[in-house]
Amino acid sequence: MTNEEIKEYITTLAPAATFDETGEWLNIMVTAEELKPLMLALRNGKMQMNYLFCLTCVDFKTHLTMVYHLSATSHRQSIVIKANLNLEQPVIETVCDIWRTAEFLEREVFEMFGVHFTNHPDLRKLILEDDFKGYPLRKDFEDPINMIKL
Amino acid sequence: MELKEKIAGNEPFPGIVHDTPGGGIVVSTFDSIINWARSNSLWPLSFATSCCGIEMMSTASAKYDFSRFGFEVARASPRQADVIIIAGTIVNKMAPVLKRLYDQMADPKYVIAMGACAISGGPFFYNTYSVVKGADHIIPVDVYIPGCPPRPEALLHSLISLQEKIKLGMTREQIRGEFKG
Repeated sequence: MTNEEIKEYITTLAPAATFDETGEWLNIMVTAEELKPLMLALRNGKMQMNYLFCLTCVDFKTHLTMVYHLSATSHRQSIVIKANLNLEQPVIETVCDIWRTAEFLEREVFEMFGVHFTNHPDLRKLILEDDFKGYPLRKDFEDPINMIKL
Repeated sequence: MELKEKIAGNEPFPGIVHDTPGGGIVVSTFDSIINWARSNSLWPLSFATSCCGIEMMSTASAKYDFSRFGFEVARASPRQADVIIIAGTIVNKMAPVLKRLYDQMADPKYVIAMGACAISGGPFFYNTYSVVKGADHIIPVDVYIPGCPPRPEALLHSLISLQEKIKLGMTREQIRGEFKG
């Protein structure tokens, strides 16, 4: 599928989606609410996106952006799905029932950025100690005891 | 002759040999014989936390071969090791593990801090929430090697420096023992 065909296909699934082709992959920006149905359609529909090869988050100070890199092993095609979340209450539906690998990746985003994934089966901290306070990869993270600021 | 030179290279065994017909008598002190024996058979702990560990493995393997200096028996158990080479970054979660390993080692024990991370946190000194800024915040260090990572030659140099330090009775433990006794 060409990028134009993918854009057309995704517009039928999520009409509010916007696109950005400046990077290596086609970037698709959707809202947090329409992410889960779109992901389900991408996995099970004709795109056959059966491989989630990266799940991460970016702090833009005004908002958080969830980033999902998807690939299809049958078509060798990769796309990026992004969804903005607000900083005060970042909540998004989990995708770990679609791609099992998201279970740990979402736990990492949870401990580093404080994003809450609804319906996640086991949302605990992944690497940090259970009593760790704060979200260390947020831009406004402060730790006067351990951190030496430059 | 400088004391250091004397101990470092030119004296195979500490003491003075008095030649007698048919052999000789060695006059020495127990302390220097013990130090000589200890310094030539230091067993390192197989402990590495990041890329410095790769250099340490290289130093252990055929090209650099630290067994030439008595370090060949890398132990997987702290109870059998004499020296711990802190090869790599110590993060906050690793700190209690390192402390426990050090506590489990039998006396006399020695510590080498290998590389920038083990000395000061190195590249992770600023703006990080997870890295200990120097392994000497946790356990006492005898020899520091700068580098990121240090070359195998530098590790060999530090190992030989540690031997010299033991032969001179200048390690932390030996000095502490002297004050006690």
